[in-house]
Amino acid sequence: MTWPTSTALRNVIAVALVVLALLLQVSVFSAFAWDGVVPDLVLLVVVAGALARGGQFGMVLGFAAGVLLDLAPPADHTAGRWAIALLLVGYVAGLVRPDRREGRLGDRLPAMTVMATVAGCSFVGTSVFALTGLLLHEGSDIGPMLEVVGISLAWDLLLTPFVVPWAMVLLRRLEPERARV
Amino acid sequence: MALLSPPPLRPLTRLRPPAGRSGEEGLNRRGSLQPRDPRGPKRSTLVALLLAGATLVTLDQTPALAPVRDLADDVFGPAESAVSAVARPLTGLPGWFDSRGKLKDRVSGLEAENAELRQKLHATDFGRNRLEEYEGLTQSAENLGYSLVPARVVAYGPAQSFTRTVTIDAGSEAGISADMTVVSADGLVGRVLRVSRTTATVLLIVDADSVVGGRVGDSMQVGFVHGSGVIARKSGLDLELVDQSVAPVKGEEVVTWGNGQAAPYVSGVPIGRVTGVFASVRDSSRTVRVQPYVDFGALDVVGVVVPAGTHGDRAVIESDGSLG
Repeated sequence: MTWPTSTALRNVIAVALVVLALLLQVSVFSAFAWDGVVPDLVLLVVVAGALARGGQFGMVLGFAAGVLLDLAPPADHTAGRWAIALLLVGYVAGLVRPDRREGRLGDRLPAMTVMATVAGCSFVGTSVFALTGLLLHEGSDIGPMLEVVGISLAWDLLLTPFVVPWAMVLLRRLEPERARV
Repeated sequence: MALLSPPPLRPLTRLRPPAGRSGEEGLNRRGSLQPRDPRGPKRSTLVALLLAGATLVTLDQTPALAPVRDLADDVFGPAESAVSAVARPLTGLPGWFDSRGKLKDRVSGLEAENAELRQKLHATDFGRNRLEEYEGLTQSAENLGYSLVPARVVAYGPAQSFTRTVTIDAGSEAGISADMTVVSADGLVGRVLRVSRTTATVLLIVDADSVVGGRVGDSMQVGFVHGSGVIARKSGLDLELVDQSVAPVKGEEVVTWGNGQAAPYVSGVPIGRVTGVFASVRDSSRTVRVQPYVDFGALDVVGVVVPAGTHGDRAVIESDGSLG
């Protein structure tokens, strides 16, 4: 217990990370968008949270991040859609866990595992969001939808080495020692 | 009977896992007892959060979430303006490369203008671009005959959200209210969906849900311009004419129609140019493809059409080109 952090502070910092990712996503990366598709930084932070601190934390973080994405200004879709999508992302990423024989839980994940997790989560997240859109009669046709899912998958994989390891380190350092064993 | 009653209970209780550890162990696929990851996802939390998400979706069908959205606008709007302002030199890079690339094409084609273009290219810096954009806006205020509140686009909705919306850094304090028309130096951009104190959310006309009344310039035929939901410039807009028997010619201009005052779109704002006409034999209808004048991937300075004489926290470009 060398890291004297309360649960509240740790959660505040996790949310701050999500807010930062959200602002970068809508205000900075939009300039580098490919057909309007930007890297899903918020999704990457949620995946990192789930990998570093387990699925329970990942689900709650995903839900909170999704609600923010649903409400922050340029958003105009029905609220709750990103919340559901990122909640499932947190759940899926939380199912990935390292072999216990290798060492402590979540300490060292092979790079390929992280990439595969991000790929799966990006696909799940964007698809679930698109599917809820179909159910609510929002958004466009299937064709452009698949295109967007594909491009965002490529973007997310491209950004993973620059975002996920750092976010994981940051989120794990904030964790009390006893929970790591 | 009295002999039987107490003892058989013991084996039954032993079969159950001890209280307090029930959540930590589970049977794995091979049927052996395995400690469950204490930090793994709990099914109860998953269900609870899914239901919470569904509740949010349901609530948003009613106006119940409007105050929450206003709060989010007030918090995130200024933050987006700040981040966008800080990152502007960085985010300006793609546009610079783009114009450079275009210039290069022209240089190769027009040898005579080569030197001049190169000079322009070197002279182009960030401040000059901005000045040109504001000048363009002033010009369009004069051309259109409307007063404009200048604003900058500070945030784009990601395409993953399948809605085409942007945030601009002018809000109710600048005299903007919902359903006002937004234009740029090139043409129609969209309309204001909702405003907070310092920011406003704009629905672009390329959004799949956007419908704009359009009039074909030469024939004065009216119709409705639908967005395709795709931001790429070539995909453009679809014009559905009221009178299906008329066929517009390629290259004709499409402008907005209305009585000039009514929300959401003022009349006479250029939307785009007809690029093709596609007839569908099946339902004997005709779709007219329109390429917008505005490049929706690179929006920066826009103007919001306001009633003449509006006063706000910034100068208003009046319809005679002066600052009011």
